[in-house]
Amino acid sequence: MMPIAESEVRWVKPPTLGLLDRLYLPAIAQGLGTTIKHVFQPKVTQQFPEERPDLPANYRGLHRLNRDADGRVKCVACYMCSTACPARCIDIVAAPSPWPDREKYPEMFVIDELRCIYCGMCEQACPCDAIELTSMFDLTGLSREEMMFDKEKLLSVFDQSVAMGKDPVRTRAGALSCASEPNV
Amino acid sequence: MMSLSTIITILAVFGALQGLAAFLVYVERKVCAFMQNRIGPNRVGPAGLLQVLADGLKFVMKEEFVPRYADKLLFIVAPAIGMVAAMLSFAVVPFGPTDNPADADYLANYQFIVARNIDIGILFIFAVSSLTVYGIILGGWASNNKYSLLGGLRSSAQIISYEIPLGLSILGVVLICGSLNLERIIWRQAEGGLFAWNIWVQPLAFILFMVSAFAECNRLPFDLPETEQELVGGYHTEYNGMKLAFFFLGEYVHMVTTSFLMVILFFGGWHFPVIAGPDSWVVFKLIVFIVKMSLFIIFYMLVRWTIPRFRFDQLMALAWKVFIPMALANLVCVMIVKEFGLPIWLLLPVSLGILFAAGLVVTQPAKRSPRYQAPLGNASGEALLPQ
Repeated sequence: MMPIAESEVRWVKPPTLGLLDRLYLPAIAQGLGTTIKHVFQPKVTQQFPEERPDLPANYRGLHRLNRDADGRVKCVACYMCSTACPARCIDIVAAPSPWPDREKYPEMFVIDELRCIYCGMCEQACPCDAIELTSMFDLTGLSREEMMFDKEKLLSVFDQSVAMGKDPVRTRAGALSCASEPNV
Repeated sequence: MMSLSTIITILAVFGALQGLAAFLVYVERKVCAFMQNRIGPNRVGPAGLLQVLADGLKFVMKEEFVPRYADKLLFIVAPAIGMVAAMLSFAVVPFGPTDNPADADYLANYQFIVARNIDIGILFIFAVSSLTVYGIILGGWASNNKYSLLGGLRSSAQIISYEIPLGLSILGVVLICGSLNLERIIWRQAEGGLFAWNIWVQPLAFILFMVSAFAECNRLPFDLPETEQELVGGYHTEYNGMKLAFFFLGEYVHMVTTSFLMVILFFGGWHFPVIAGPDSWVVFKLIVFIVKMSLFIIFYMLVRWTIPRFRFDQLMALAWKVFIPMALANLVCVMIVKEFGLPIWLLLPVSLGILFAAGLVVTQPAKRSPRYQAPLGNASGEALLPQ
């Protein structure tokens, strides 16, 4: 049993070269024309440190921990991000919330930015949009310890990114999400 | 007095050539960048001009490393041979205006050439510049590295093959001018005006000479000795620092020499209608000459980023099956024209005729042996491959 009928097979031959093609000189001149044309085209080089790239809004860069309207950390310490994290770089210690509107809050929230693979699954998993990836990409550090971003640092990333205007608060969930609001 | 000016000339040429060769690396990177819609080196100094110094400094500061099982003497001598041979062949190349060599006071006046009035000028250039291949093959062999050795072998095969069309192609020019002396060849073209330039009667020889010169300089599309992709850099795989710089220096000096040669042999040297005639001011002649030469160097670089590399068998076939027969045919035509006193402009249609005849020959279907069977065929038994 043939997979396809013989009549449906289309045989393709390489084109035969004519006299001018065989001299190669016209083709070489044409190639030179193409490359010379590029000399006069606009340059695509970005002078990086002076000139910043215009990144799309869904760029997956450094994490931030969002604040709610009162300036408190929005996270409710539900562990869904650290569960979803394939690199296991999120370390959370939950504690009873000092505020009446939720049961838990993260006493400690550390992301190992060296271990993170910037897949954005924490952002997807978060039920109250508390963790988001910003468009900051050029983070550097002199030690491994420095690259362990704790709660304060991640909150400062939020302040910084909002001040930059590049990463607006994208959340559409309520003040706190259903995950922590028992009455909803 | 004369010897003093000669010594100054030698020192100036020596310094200028090395500076130019280093500068050409910068130009190469810039041209490459422009052709790829990039900016190129622009961080060191204004427009990146100090990149040359930075590169040179890097070469000097690097550790002088010799592989343990390398032949130490040859390993160190090889780059020097390459560079010295390239520099030496420049000795008889006029790099600026020269007077009529037949004049009585020719030797008394200053001429822009190191060794003036050498009657075997072209012969000397070919003899000495072919020695650069020793640098490459010795470097490849002394490295005790299979890639380097393959690069060296390829280089020797390639350069020996391309020496023949290179020499044969300019024999026509030599016959027409009646001299191997480069100053005489320039003077003959300068006296006759624009239409005495040899390019009008020897266009085919010019194409053959240029392509062979590309191969002699190991430039793309003929850079098989140093293919980075297959041979990890070829003969200079094991080289670094100043020794590697010497190889590059030799290569770029060779480029400058062949660019000068193309201008001298085919484009009238320092002559240009209206701007620079035999009676013009020296500065005009010098500028015309340098500009012409620079255009050829730019062309070298344009070609480098345009045409992909040849396969080795294609490279050899091009030299032996195409260039040598064409160069021979061209030479025979020049001899016939000279022998029977035919008008010299006949060589223009004849040259183009040889080129098209060569094209016609290769377009003819090759004869297959009767036992040849098409590897795959369609229902009507037609072969898939071109016959």
